[in-house]
Amino acid sequence: MSSSVMVKVEKLNKSFGDLHVLKDIDITVKESDVVCLIGASGSGKSTILRCLNFLEIKDSGNIIIGGEKVEPGTHDINDIRARVGMVFQHFHLFPHMTVIENIVEAPMHVKKVPKEQAYQQAKELLKKVGLSDKENVYPGKLSGGQKQRVAIARALAMKPEVMLFDEPTSALDPELVGEVLTTMKELADEGMTMVVVTHEMGFAKEVADWVVYMHGGRIVEAGPPEEVFNNPKEQRTKEFLDSVL
Amino acid sequence: MDWISKFIDSYPVFLKGMLLTFQLTVVAILIGIVIGLFFAFLKISGVKILEWIADLYIFLVRGTPLVVQIFVFYYGLTAFNMSQFWAVVLGLAFHNGAYIAEIFRGAIQSIDKGQMEAGRSLGMTTGLTYRRIILPQALRRAMPPLGNQFIIAIKDSSLAAFIGMYELFNVATTYGSNSFDYMSYLLIVAVYYLILVFIFTMLVRFVEKRMSLSD
Repeated sequence: MSSSVMVKVEKLNKSFGDLHVLKDIDITVKESDVVCLIGASGSGKSTILRCLNFLEIKDSGNIIIGGEKVEPGTHDINDIRARVGMVFQHFHLFPHMTVIENIVEAPMHVKKVPKEQAYQQAKELLKKVGLSDKENVYPGKLSGGQKQRVAIARALAMKPEVMLFDEPTSALDPELVGEVLTTMKELADEGMTMVVVTHEMGFAKEVADWVVYMHGGRIVEAGPPEEVFNNPKEQRTKEFLDSVL
Repeated sequence: MDWISKFIDSYPVFLKGMLLTFQLTVVAILIGIVIGLFFAFLKISGVKILEWIADLYIFLVRGTPLVVQIFVFYYGLTAFNMSQFWAVVLGLAFHNGAYIAEIFRGAIQSIDKGQMEAGRSLGMTTGLTYRRIILPQALRRAMPPLGNQFIIAIKDSSLAAFIGMYELFNVATTYGSNSFDYMSYLLIVAVYYLILVFIFTMLVRFVEKRMSLSD
């Protein structure tokens, strides 16, 4: 396992009105590691990712990205976001742009990458996710799995240090889940640091370096997948795993 | 036939009137779009005082007749010494701006908020995301009601007759009173309006089609 810490969350708290959705969350993600967040819907997994990308603003606690403690207000959040890629459950591709336009949009308009270079890079990314033939297609013509792979390529185009996946396969037809997981696995094998909220226990078992089980806004149990899945210490974890496996 | 010969005899004057109607409407709509976009942004700004300003504007426009608004610009705001043309254009623009603001607001709010999040998650600023992601999609959705509004504006421009502009309607009533044959000339002017509205409808349909190619 590599040593340098890529993302560190300390005592993170977040409420929506009266609802306390994250309670004293601590997570450490080392470089090139894959951390999977598992747990029932509403347990706060997605909110952690959204806090990491500052789509939600934490109430208290620390978020450290690439060794840098990030505080909204004092940091340029756009700059941080450009370093943290996000893949959404519902893809959120830009429907008025072709596949390749979706991918070059942020590099060209945020990083000011020259057009030719941005397109060249986009083509390489499309090849990597196996969609070279869809370059000039509009997202409306793609299947869910293809959309999600484009969304992954779009996030990668910003050359992020970390990739966040928010239930990337939950909106897909069962037969399309595999192609997205394969793409993610390849990404993990290349050494991308990833935080994945998922209900795909097989993926978590196989790919994750660290699994975090959440319930009611708290981390109940965390550890290497073989421990959490085969030998859970907490009764709650056992019950959860029994219900999903 | 008598009516046909009246149509042919009067067409140079009517064409001039149609051109003026066309100019009044297009300039008013263009300014109305700018006003509409501005107030649409006030309404979605999330800043209470700005929202109130937009609400007040829409309240005033919707609550008073267009002819009163045009008269305010021409006879009321004498300090500005506006020409007839600009009084009507600004009156129409002020009026249409309110309706266009509501059209834009609805269209912008109808765009899935995931689009904004996707843009923001890629490091784009809110402004850039609006410009590159939200507005192009919202504009597409706004096209059908905008087209409607344009057609209403064409017909509303007939109120320019009341401050003495020789646009289509005034041409018709002038011919009518001179010849004591109102009916013929009202039917003639109806034809011109129908042609104008037809052209606009086709234009809007064309733009809509071009825009929706991607969907």
